[in-house]
Amino acid sequence: MNIHEYQGKEILKSFGVSVPNGKVAFTVEEAVEAAKELGTEVCVVKAQIHAGGRGKAGGVKVAKSLDEVRTYASEILGKTLVTHQTGPEGKEVKRLLIEEGCDIKKEYYVGLVLDRATSRVVLMASEEGGTEIEEVAEKTPEKIFKEEIDPVVGLQPFQARRIAFNINIPKELVNKAVKFMMGLYQAYIEKDCSIAEINPLVVTGDGDVMALDAKLNFDSNALYRQKDVLAYRDLEEEDPKEIEASKYDLSYISLDGNIGCMVNGAGLAMATMDIVKHYGGDPANFLDVGGGATAEKVTEAFKIILSDKNVKGIFVNIFGGIMKCDVIATGVVEAAKQVGLSVPLVVRLEGTNVEIGKKILAESDIDIIAADSMADGAQKIVSLVG
Amino acid sequence: MSVFINKDTKVIVQGITGSTALFHTKQMLEYGTQIVGGTTPGKGGMEVEGVPVFNTVKEAVEATGATASVIYVPAPFAADAILEAVDAELDLAICITEHIPVLDMVKVKRYMEGKKTRLVGPNCPGVITADECKIGIMPGYIHTKGHVGVVSRSGTLTYEAVHQLTQAGIGQTTAVGIGGDPVNGTNFIDVLKAFNEDPETYAVIMIGEIGGTAEEEAAEWVKANMTKPVVGFIGGRTAPPGKRMGHAGAIISGGKGTADEKIRVMNDCGIAVADTPSVMGETLIKVLKEKGLYDKCKTH
Repeated sequence: MNIHEYQGKEILKSFGVSVPNGKVAFTVEEAVEAAKELGTEVCVVKAQIHAGGRGKAGGVKVAKSLDEVRTYASEILGKTLVTHQTGPEGKEVKRLLIEEGCDIKKEYYVGLVLDRATSRVVLMASEEGGTEIEEVAEKTPEKIFKEEIDPVVGLQPFQARRIAFNINIPKELVNKAVKFMMGLYQAYIEKDCSIAEINPLVVTGDGDVMALDAKLNFDSNALYRQKDVLAYRDLEEEDPKEIEASKYDLSYISLDGNIGCMVNGAGLAMATMDIVKHYGGDPANFLDVGGGATAEKVTEAFKIILSDKNVKGIFVNIFGGIMKCDVIATGVVEAAKQVGLSVPLVVRLEGTNVEIGKKILAESDIDIIAADSMADGAQKIVSLVG
Repeated sequence: MSVFINKDTKVIVQGITGSTALFHTKQMLEYGTQIVGGTTPGKGGMEVEGVPVFNTVKEAVEATGATASVIYVPAPFAADAILEAVDAELDLAICITEHIPVLDMVKVKRYMEGKKTRLVGPNCPGVITADECKIGIMPGYIHTKGHVGVVSRSGTLTYEAVHQLTQAGIGQTTAVGIGGDPVNGTNFIDVLKAFNEDPETYAVIMIGEIGGTAEEEAAEWVKANMTKPVVGFIGGRTAPPGKRMGHAGAIISGGKGTADEKIRVMNDCGIAVADTPSVMGETLIKVLKEKGLYDKCKTH
């Protein structure tokens, strides 16, 4: 789960990580009010969306007066920002962070992430702040320093210190940088983060070490024990179809194509998208109905697929293992009746009770095209959608 | 022969009184698996499906001589269940549970260092040695005894591959689901090593997906060590970057973990990769024929 920058900074602050003073604003008036309260000569108006690259897209402006705050706030609020992370459709700005300006001496990168190869959390840092870490990794990998963290004892001060010296934090500020990294690690562990990225971390003219930006992502499997993090969820930043799917425990991801896919199992669901594409089609979604799909779940899955106006055909690909094909077939027929199917439907069933399942489909009065294999089904739906 | 489990493996079911566990206990017993006990704290002394229930894994192991466990405990308590299995010095713990917080698994992996237990999973379908022992949630009837090993990050894609093999008259030794999580117990290399050493296994199908670099590392290992042919498939060629595709571990992040990169490395390491999931079986058969192993692998 993602949260906004200002929310991330609230969390970090509670762990003793230094961040600039700031306030969230939902309207232009609130923005001006927030700037007044901050009372600093310079303040920054920052668009709050769940995507990076906001600065380049015109979503971050430095204001030198309240009038400028007003101008920038009205310019950015309601604007659709298109960044390399939003996709071409962009994201509408509905919240602003009004933050005190600071005297930046130098920018760095500090991040915590899970290293899958070692099954450990790794602290990563670089002197090249402001640049994306992937870019640094590609162009100047020698500038990235890493510390692997033993989960038994957690991040140790000597490790944070080693990182601070390696990335050339001014010697008199090393202790502050260590405190910063220790706090960041505490937040990562206690809040079940999946990523905690500070880019840039800045050293200021008045000798502070601060998070100028904050990107915190959270492990969705751990949200059951992170109620306060869950309260930060902004549904407006998420795809409505994905929200609807999550209510029924369906794993759904919107894509750009026109062939709706309904599959059981994440691996098979991915492979189904791949095979549709292989035969020249374009999948409209990833959808895993899960191992224990019921007729009700199948119906909801159909509704969600059909709520996507781009969908011109549906491909159901089920390998019934524990889940029996006759149950799925009944669900498909029921769902097709309920939602009033208006696009071609190709169904491939395999596995337990497949013959009964096929019979149920054949005997229904719904126009269902049966497929003998995954490849056959993919070819059929692609040709029907044209 | 087979890998990890066989007809003599004695198994306990952790969390046996839950509804999913009960269902699968029955299925495993029907397949012929030696389920000798189960655990649910506070329900010791009960009996379900003719199987005695114990309060702790240690007690269950002492009473039954089990060497393996299968875990169906809900996600918030699953890490603890794995640790209990490790503490009881089981040879094998297979964790079916999905949605375990990743930081829990980071701790589990650390705890397991230097311990004897092998963990398979979490978030996996389990392990099956055809006609001998089924530990997990896979449909037993699609498997036939033979000479091909299967290892996969995905449950349903494993079934798909096994089904294609069985249909084509190619039996299997053992099918191992290593699970779809970013931190798991047994990885591709562990299983490939075991298949390489198993005299009954003549060839292997390895099924990966986007996210991480486990497939690339496994491919390099195959190139350097494997004496048996390996074919592969990678799911998620069309997956958009930055999105978790159902499995917690199936995510392309920072341009890393793409299907194309994995396929490229696998090809470079001499692994034939199936173009589509429909031809996993065909791809293996083609390689078996090239290597002169087809007749030895054909079971009917």
